[in-house]
Amino acid sequence: MDTGMLIEKFILVVIIFLISLGIAAYSTYFERKLAAWIQDRVGPDRAGKFGLLQPIADGVKMFFKEDFIPKNSDRWLFIMGPGISMFTALITSAIIPWGPNIQAFGRTIELQVADFNIGILFIFGVVSLGVYGIMIGGWASNNKYSLFGAIRASSQMISYELAMGITLITIILMSGSLSLSEIVDKQHGMNWNIFYQPIAFIIFFVCSLAETNRAPFDLPECESELIGGYHTEYSSMKLGLFLFSEYVSMFISAAVISILFFGGYNFPGMDNFSGNTLALLCVLAFFAKIFMFIFIFMWIRWTIPRFRFDQLMHLGWKTLIPLSIINMLVTGIVIAFYQGWF
Amino acid sequence: MTYEILTYILGGLTIGTALMVILSKHPLRSVLYLVVTFFLISGHFLLMNAQFIAIVNVIVYAGAIMVLFLFVLMLLNLDKDNEPKTPWLTKFIAVISGGALFTVIIAATSESFMHLSQKAVEKTGDAIVKVSDQEGLVENLGHLLFTEYIVPFEVSSILFLASMVGAVLLAKREKQTIVEL
Repeated sequence: MDTGMLIEKFILVVIIFLISLGIAAYSTYFERKLAAWIQDRVGPDRAGKFGLLQPIADGVKMFFKEDFIPKNSDRWLFIMGPGISMFTALITSAIIPWGPNIQAFGRTIELQVADFNIGILFIFGVVSLGVYGIMIGGWASNNKYSLFGAIRASSQMISYELAMGITLITIILMSGSLSLSEIVDKQHGMNWNIFYQPIAFIIFFVCSLAETNRAPFDLPECESELIGGYHTEYSSMKLGLFLFSEYVSMFISAAVISILFFGGYNFPGMDNFSGNTLALLCVLAFFAKIFMFIFIFMWIRWTIPRFRFDQLMHLGWKTLIPLSIINMLVTGIVIAFYQGWF
Repeated sequence: MTYEILTYILGGLTIGTALMVILSKHPLRSVLYLVVTFFLISGHFLLMNAQFIAIVNVIVYAGAIMVLFLFVLMLLNLDKDNEPKTPWLTKFIAVISGGALFTVIIAATSESFMHLSQKAVEKTGDAIVKVSDQEGLVENLGHLLFTEYIVPFEVSSILFLASMVGAVLLAKREKQTIVEL
């Protein structure tokens, strides 16, 4: 490992970090605007032109509020909860291939921080850790509603992880590799996985909604039943981190969905370009897909009402898991057939 | 050199957090320390180039089993007040038997390690067998599992199936009183 590589990876990490936070911040603005359009309102329009400074105003407000730690809470775990949430939301961005290699300063630079041999399992591992922030925060608050929120979050995440894992297996079967960059390369041009695996896509999409605690699966913070759910006792920037990590993980899971099913940075007609132009267009195409998925996430939130908890469990265990197992078996049989096993 | 330093740091941290699992007073904190210990063990696997085992360790232990532990502990609401008092004699016996088990494990493993390193010295003239960088990667692991170790692999999967069926049976045995919706 030479110094040049260290420097370029460091710069890449900083850029990805800033982009993730920036997109998450403006997702909050966009979400409120979108909700306003859907509900025939105006939405935030006071701070700056079209209300564009609203996220900054919100951030400043969050910082200046009183930071309160309840007396009977577990102090350290209470502080750790939001941090763990944010960490697990951000860490997946390390293995996402943002674009093909670019040539700059006489070097070939990969637009991916770490090309893990087992990238897709890394995503799954981080997803399964995502529950810790909410669980620890909810338990440490020493509040019944927070505890209920934490328990709901963890049981929901455990249930939907299974179906998610099984759909990941179908993608692994399709591409024959666990490395994300290879999965993206296999979908060159318009050869996207969505055309072969529409059912897997639907299951994975529903599971990502559940894993990011987005509506209609936002039961851990269901206001009408649990006040604020797991973050009832939180205030100031700790609450801000919890809310913000939801938007970061929405951005990251939109990126993961576009990688696994929509070809990542591939776009039709990409063979007409080459070099840095191609890389730039690829990155733009990738972000276009990500924004489309963020839009769909929000669209769903403001259209579909919240599930009841038993309905959520029924959907997870009795519909999505059997469906994903059947899908996996059929995929396996078809692949075996094409490889001439019969 | 960096490898050695990393191993020492990781090893020290692993032992430290593992000790904290049994030393911390609160059961929930013990579980959290155990989660950290699993992460550090995964770090050891990564140092040995076994990426697949490292990440599976995180997914299965830190991501699934420990979450269930936490789940149960949160619902039990264990405090210092309702902690059962253990008699002095029980503690003494526990220390003795635990120590005996530890000694046996150390004896058994050190014997086999000695044997292994002796074999390695005979073969290559060095106590540490240098494997290729590709050794622990998932392709080679899968190949080994489905060729050389196919029988143990299948037997353990049958074991898993049996335990799954057993869990379902245990959960189903009590008569359901909840009204189906």
